[in-house]
Amino acid sequence: MSTPVSPMQNYHIDHLEYLETEAIHVLREVAAEFERPALLFSGGKDSICLLRLAEKAFRPSAIPMPFLNIDTGHHFPELNAFRDRRAKELGAKLIIRKVEDAIARGIAIPSPGEVSRNRLQIPTLLAAIDEFQFDCCIGGARRDEEKARAKERFFSFRDSFGQWDPKNQRPEIWNLYNTRVNPGESMRAFPLSNWTEMDVWEYIRKEGLEVPSIYFSHPRCCVRRHGQWLPVNHLVPPKKGEQVAELTVRVRTIGDIISTGCVESPAVTVDDILAEIAAARVTERGSRADDKASEAAMEDRKKAGYF
Amino acid sequence: MISLPEPAHPVDLLRFNTCGSVDDGKSTLIGRLLYDSKSLMEDQLQALERSADITGGGHINLANLTDGLRAEREQGITIDVAYRYFATPHRKFIIADTPGHVQYTRNMVTGASSANLSIVLVDARQGVIEQSRRHTSIASLLRIPHLVVAVNKMDLADWSERRFREIRDEFETFLPRLDIKDVKFIPISALDGDNVVKPSRRMPWYGGPTLLHHLESVHIGSDWNLTGFRLPVQWVNRPENPSDPELHDFRGFSGQIAGGIVRVGQPVIHLPSRLCSRVREIHAADGPVDEAFCPQSVTLVLEDDLDISRGDMLAELDTPPGASAELHAKVCWMHPRPLQKGRKYLLKHTTQTVQAIVTSIENRLDFTDLEPEPAPSELALNDIGEIRLKTSQPLSFDGYASNRLTGSFILIEPGTNATAGAGMLFPPNELVKPEYADFAI
Repeated sequence: MSTPVSPMQNYHIDHLEYLETEAIHVLREVAAEFERPALLFSGGKDSICLLRLAEKAFRPSAIPMPFLNIDTGHHFPELNAFRDRRAKELGAKLIIRKVEDAIARGIAIPSPGEVSRNRLQIPTLLAAIDEFQFDCCIGGARRDEEKARAKERFFSFRDSFGQWDPKNQRPEIWNLYNTRVNPGESMRAFPLSNWTEMDVWEYIRKEGLEVPSIYFSHPRCCVRRHGQWLPVNHLVPPKKGEQVAELTVRVRTIGDIISTGCVESPAVTVDDILAEIAAARVTERGSRADDKASEAAMEDRKKAGYF
Repeated sequence: MISLPEPAHPVDLLRFNTCGSVDDGKSTLIGRLLYDSKSLMEDQLQALERSADITGGGHINLANLTDGLRAEREQGITIDVAYRYFATPHRKFIIADTPGHVQYTRNMVTGASSANLSIVLVDARQGVIEQSRRHTSIASLLRIPHLVVAVNKMDLADWSERRFREIRDEFETFLPRLDIKDVKFIPISALDGDNVVKPSRRMPWYGGPTLLHHLESVHIGSDWNLTGFRLPVQWVNRPENPSDPELHDFRGFSGQIAGGIVRVGQPVIHLPSRLCSRVREIHAADGPVDEAFCPQSVTLVLEDDLDISRGDMLAELDTPPGASAELHAKVCWMHPRPLQKGRKYLLKHTTQTVQAIVTSIENRLDFTDLEPEPAPSELALNDIGEIRLKTSQPLSFDGYASNRLTGSFILIEPGTNATAGAGMLFPPNELVKPEYADFAI
């Protein structure tokens, strides 16, 4: 041993180290217990942390599973560019399945007048799981995001229809995860279950992780709709009578370009963002129109097979 | 821009769970903690106000914050474990809100298994009831290091010191029979917030800390097990087609340290082979280190080429675990199909899954008097009792009292794959010895 050990102080793990070791443990359980796992990678801040944790869990080996992304066709272009570049840098196999193709093939059927691709991601994801016979998909969902998610397990069992049954979940005791599934059934694993928005940004700072530019403040044309600033683009044209404002904004959470609200912010660094979150008075998903549809919007989507 | 002060010391994490019977005000208490510590956001409050206008006759129901599922809001109950997160400048907290009705005891075990601290809520009007004893003894059984008895609804008991003392005295009659070292009694009103975050002016006779102050200051530094190194091997790390030629022969053993400290150069014993080697390299999350400790996730490289796979264990030579295929354990049963003698299950212990058969049911705990009832015919859903099992392969394990991670297991029902039971092992009869006694340390 090269250095003498000073007492106690050295054997303390802080909250980020705790969350890190817990997430690595979950990632390794997936690699060891499943035959065909996949890692859901969108390029968003949570999946960026997930990727770093996967690098740490398996090195010096490469991450032993492909990346999967469901492209709604309504993603922010910055996000997709970032996603493709990161996958390339890591030498990972990136599988992209598009909602558009799923619609063309009749796998996903929009209801009349349905513009949002949010619901249509579900059949697209389930078809991809079926196509590649994935038995476990790792996602970056966190329990602090939403109250249905607050009740979900690290290993979330899905039946052969991809459905989550919130009333009949497997108890998770100590760090013993029951990962067993029968053919056709699958699992979703959420290593970041216990992370908060603040933890994610603290980890990004600690690890010096690169994040897509839209998380930082930039000028953007927005319209005010349902109490939010929505970015103006080809899918969100200003309606009659709406004023287009050029604002300095950033996004806190990234969904589709038609449902992601921007927040006015001068934050240009990760430290700025951390300070902003510490002082924030609304939750992260307060800027996501998809969650505002009803009190149980997320619960209903998850029961249908959502991420 | 508001600047974020760097914490002077690393912020640590306290995990706690709340338990009590229906209507003891658990969810209200959590809502109160979040509300008064300013961890609630405006959109969450707006959602609460919306539902208050629609269903609550204008009265905000803090319980709606944690009761996230539709059935819960409809029935006004908590049906599953809900996790909540908040932080103060001193600590980060993870709350497991576990329901109190008898039929959901399994959820309490789930929520409490990883907790440093349990809050047992008692309704000041009702005093100690069977549920209070049940929850306290589960906390004891799971070896939760710290317990808080929160005597709630003091507003409905005239803020009476006498009532508070009566309840405390009643608790203290059965506490000596349990294994809880640190117990704190706090009189509160979750509805009004007295002694939750702010000290109560209406109970000047109480001189102790508020609940939040206690949560922020209770000493948890020694809650992790730092004696007796244990590494259940989770995943064998062998790089496929590495670009770096030095990695061609890399063979590492990955896992989360389940106890103790490991250092480079230290002798270790491999189980089940009982062959010994030394630690050559330790790879922690951020690269090579000289030592690592529980609960870090690491990858170890050994001096010798032993045949090691997932489910095996690397352990310290001086304080080895035990090994046996005959197990004696307390189990909490979590499945509607009862546990019976002769039934077979899959048993997951650390990172290995083996077959197990129930060879006997020794007793069943009676929560009315906390006495064991001998030789019951079965253990039903939410029963706790002692059983004996025989496994298809010997396990390397410790008693649960000395190590929560190597002393615990779950039982899985074959076919349905349901998690049917949670087990806590009694200490092994015999500790393992190295294969070659002349092995020089």
